[in-house]
Amino acid sequence: MEKEIAGKKINVNEEGYLIDFNQWDQSIGEAIAKENNVDMTPRHWEVVKYLQGEHKNNVPLSIRKIGKSNVIDIKEFYALFPQGPLKISTKIAGIPKPASCL
Amino acid sequence: MKKILILGAGTAGTMMANHLQHELDKKLWEIEIIDEKVEHHYQPGYLFLPFDIYTPEDIIKTIEEFIPKGVSLRKGKIDKIDPMANQVKMVDGTSIAYDVLIIATGAKIAPEETAGMRGSEWQKSVFDFYTFEGALALRNKLREWDGGNMVVHITEMPIKCPVAPLEFAFLADSFFKNKKMREKVKITFVTPLSGAFTKPKATEALDHLLQEKNINIESDFAIESVDNERKMIIDYGGREIPFDLLVTVPTNKGDELMERSNMGDDLNYVPTNKATLQSLNYNNVFVIGDASNVPASKAGSVAHFEAEILTENILRFIKNEPLKEDFDGHANCFIETGGGKALLIDFNYTHEPVEGTFPFPGVGPLRLLKESRMNHMGKLAFRWIYWNMLLKGTHIPFVSAQMQEAGKQY
Repeated sequence: MEKEIAGKKINVNEEGYLIDFNQWDQSIGEAIAKENNVDMTPRHWEVVKYLQGEHKNNVPLSIRKIGKSNVIDIKEFYALFPQGPLKISTKIAGIPKPASCL
Repeated sequence: MKKILILGAGTAGTMMANHLQHELDKKLWEIEIIDEKVEHHYQPGYLFLPFDIYTPEDIIKTIEEFIPKGVSLRKGKIDKIDPMANQVKMVDGTSIAYDVLIIATGAKIAPEETAGMRGSEWQKSVFDFYTFEGALALRNKLREWDGGNMVVHITEMPIKCPVAPLEFAFLADSFFKNKKMREKVKITFVTPLSGAFTKPKATEALDHLLQEKNINIESDFAIESVDNERKMIIDYGGREIPFDLLVTVPTNKGDELMERSNMGDDLNYVPTNKATLQSLNYNNVFVIGDASNVPASKAGSVAHFEAEILTENILRFIKNEPLKEDFDGHANCFIETGGGKALLIDFNYTHEPVEGTFPFPGVGPLRLLKESRMNHMGKLAFRWIYWNMLLKGTHIPFVSAQMQEAGKQY
């Protein structure tokens, strides 16, 4: 479905995750963050850029992996993106919601 | 003489031994299987043990009785795999050379991954039911427990049989009702996921069942530690959930052998091609069941479907033919919902569980994603199927290795 984010028409799925990363830019991330009550700081962007890089390299994302990444520990990850940091940060990053691997 | 070596004589390894024994030319190939244990446990039975539905005798047999004649069974602990040298080294110093290696070493719980989990309350008010010892200790506890806060908890995904914790919560509801003490027990289901299950349609159905049974759900809970003194589980965001009885599914990991051999990922699962089941790093190494990192459920049904496809791929591999990219992540799981009923779900990598009929499209007799007594009978019958057909590699009639889309409401 199409949704207007930061004044642009963007393709998202039912849960609001971007379908095409090429439509992503920082203003889109900013708008999604706002919707989720996250105030983006340079540290937030650092983490988002890291997640986008991992996604580009096809690394499956999990809280455990992020905790071991040396980019951020789990405690801080929760502090930056409270309540479901992986869900919220990937949405802001414009990448798919990580499959929890069943 | 060439050798196929199978590591692990659990569900997956035993099935492979039986399949290959039928298919391989014994003049050219010998098959050996290694395990350090003596007993073969019907692991789905661990769910029923705490509620006195199954006894230990129902779920324990010997490994030996399921290994076919003509396959040699070696008992012992493996020290290391040396995939560059095509060798497996045993702890006792023996080296075993192989031509083809099948890794079927499974997954197990690692409570030590969470601070305080294996603390002073372990097996006093903190239990697991993914081991025989854990399920038995929990049975003894439940026989005398007089009520309070029961918390059923998943530490992190992936875990073996991802629906088992939900089934545990449903069965607990039934169990306490039967004991006429349901009103004395508050049941809370705590999960790192956003809902009861990861796939949307099944989550909807299961969330509804939780509500109906008055089971509270706490989602998006990533546990940081267990506080043994205050009897709380605490997540990274500082959320606290109190318990009188914690039934947890600790982090699951592949065998430490993978770490020693430098062949696993950060959870000791072996990187595996999800369609062919060949190791991503070594051509003559194949991985089946819970030991692999493929994004399918860690479940016996998955290993069963994998075994049919892997057998064919191993035959192709030894004839130098291209492998079939046939494994689709097919899983088929009964979900006990208590009160003598069960749900059935059937899904794969790309298709989530939905409503429908199984195995005959439009007919059934089993209904998908709906509670029924027939499904419950199916689940109980499954123990017989497991011992008498599944382990022996007998094809289960009408149930194909690849998932069928017919008869399902997408």
